[in-house]
Amino acid sequence: MSQVVETASPTADGATYDGLRLRGVTKSFGAFTAVRELDLDIPKGSFFALLGPSGCGKTTTLRMVAGLETPTSGSITLAGNDITYAKPYRRPVNTVFQNYALFPHLDIYENVAFGLKRRKVGDVEAKVRDMLSLVELDTQARKHPAQLSGGQQQRVALARALINQPEVLLLDEPLGALDLKLRRGMQIELKRIQTEVGLTFVHVTHDQEEAMTMADTVAVMNGGVIEQMGAPEELYENPHTTFVANFLGQSNLIEGLIKGRSADVVTVDMHGVDVSIPAERSHADGDRGWIGIRPEKVLIGDPGEQLDAPGNSIPGGVVTDVSFVGVSTQYLVRMPWGQELQVFQQNTGHRRLYRTGESVELSWRPEYAFLLDSSQDVAAGSDRDDD
Amino acid sequence: MTSTAGAAPPVPTAPADGADAALTHVPVEDGRRRGLTGYLLILPGLAWLLIFFVIPFYSLVATSLYDPSGSDLRGYDMTYHVQNYWTAIQEYWEPLLRSLWYGAIATALCLVLGYVLAYAIAFKAGRWKNLMLVLVIAPFFTSFLLRTLSWKLILADDGYVVDFLQTIHLLGEDGRLLATPVAVVAGLTYNFLPFMVLPLFASVDKIDHRLIEASSDLYANSFVGFWKVTWPLSLPGVVSGTLLTFIPAVGDYINQELLGSPNQRMIGSVIQSQFTNANNYPIAAALSMILMLLILVMVLFYVRKAGTEELL
Repeated sequence: MSQVVETASPTADGATYDGLRLRGVTKSFGAFTAVRELDLDIPKGSFFALLGPSGCGKTTTLRMVAGLETPTSGSITLAGNDITYAKPYRRPVNTVFQNYALFPHLDIYENVAFGLKRRKVGDVEAKVRDMLSLVELDTQARKHPAQLSGGQQQRVALARALINQPEVLLLDEPLGALDLKLRRGMQIELKRIQTEVGLTFVHVTHDQEEAMTMADTVAVMNGGVIEQMGAPEELYENPHTTFVANFLGQSNLIEGLIKGRSADVVTVDMHGVDVSIPAERSHADGDRGWIGIRPEKVLIGDPGEQLDAPGNSIPGGVVTDVSFVGVSTQYLVRMPWGQELQVFQQNTGHRRLYRTGESVELSWRPEYAFLLDSSQDVAAGSDRDDD
Repeated sequence: MTSTAGAAPPVPTAPADGADAALTHVPVEDGRRRGLTGYLLILPGLAWLLIFFVIPFYSLVATSLYDPSGSDLRGYDMTYHVQNYWTAIQEYWEPLLRSLWYGAIATALCLVLGYVLAYAIAFKAGRWKNLMLVLVIAPFFTSFLLRTLSWKLILADDGYVVDFLQTIHLLGEDGRLLATPVAVVAGLTYNFLPFMVLPLFASVDKIDHRLIEASSDLYANSFVGFWKVTWPLSLPGVVSGTLLTFIPAVGDYINQELLGSPNQRMIGSVIQSQFTNANNYPIAAALSMILMLLILVMVLFYVRKAGTEELL
């Protein structure tokens, strides 16, 4: 649709930005504010994921982009055009709905052709055939939605939206109703299709693994605001809030007193042990903070053993639980200050297994740790139900 | 993964097979007993159909073939007088066609009014939904006859409706509504509207609102979305509603007798007077059969056309 040949990188001005831009978008339902002052830039051609627990406002955000909800305030622009109040059928945006919302009275062919026929686009037949073969459903064209399996219905929903070549394709938990195995398959498939067609995908999900495997950029949403946004590895390795640290994977969060800050290192007293954290990974202001370390970054060894991690070495641990998972072993280690830390050790064969009750020493490389603000809830984002 | 899956099954499946066989043995016997219970359970229904449908129907068919020379006092001779049907059509084709015509107009009006009402109750009424449904059924608490009689007052020559229509010159100075086709069709429409609204509501209410959102996401404005999604999905309600309205409306004679004049005579009225006043049982029975067959053929054609055979 937008055939503007523009090589300029996104600028601050909404009029020339070729992607999807949300500015100060707020949506209230009565007294409840679902989305609060949301600013978002989604570059053209990217695979963007909005990740968050249920009720965080991610679906409301998606529905505002689709035009199915009107923002209470703020603006939405797409390729420079203001679409904040445009009717849904006037936007170059299509949606894959959570429960697919396939038309039960139409067969698969007619479902997929629906958008093209409304826009009076020519050559419907060939386009539908092409699209059905892209999602490998050519043989099912004359069946009705109820005759297809969940995975097939999902692909019909995708084809029905994709065939219109929208500037932005919105996916509302599209894989939520599928079983785990099918979901993994469809994740790869969706990613392949996105690369193939090169459209902007905005994917809403509560499954952090799904968001991380598929998206180039993930925005973690909580309570109507975006907590942090970035590439999946960036979010995982350097979370800025306890919510992100807990919601994306697992984290050990240990209380610490900040002793000193230099240009590139923050030194923290962690229950009597001094640990250092790179300044760019420190997101705490006051004199206290949560020291965060991912379980797989923690090394476990015999007391006094020289582990490959000069700098942070914490003695006095006792193994309280061992779970052998196969590729790794997961330990719970009780530290002298009473907290239990999680340790994942790869089963490379080079390290021995520890048993419950053994004394151990933990260690990690300073560059893997991060420091979070002590005012944040240490358990935020950790009580999600992973289905 | 595959090696364990391949190696493991033989051991546990052997006893499982035995258990399966033992399990499947029971349901078969159970199923047979359930089958017999099923037949016993439909006996009351069958008896009902036999007494109140098959026997009267047989009697009606037989009466329609009696010799017209008899009377209800002297009795009739069974002469398989098929000629009765021809006589009935020749004499009463006019009220027969008029009934179908009035029934069709009333059904069409009911459909338009009923659809708007059902749609509003299903999608817009919110917490007033149940109250509105009760209001739709409320007229049934009064007798059919009384309700029709009160329409006589509403449409009376010196009533407000006629007055108003005369003031805006839709009706001439001596124009009237009573004893006109308008009054008869209005009465039919009013009396059978609930039979249209209820099945329509049941269909429209079931429509998933997300489908309408999906259609607007796929470039259909609300008008197109209605024709392409809401209307086809409500077709089962449209078909059952029109049948429930059309069939009784065609056979109705109360509305015509109370609101119309002999000029608007409908077939129900003819049958009624042939049975009770003229004592011409064979012609009355033949007319009933003709009406029934006409409606049956029309309904079959209609349902086939609408693609909703599963309703029958």
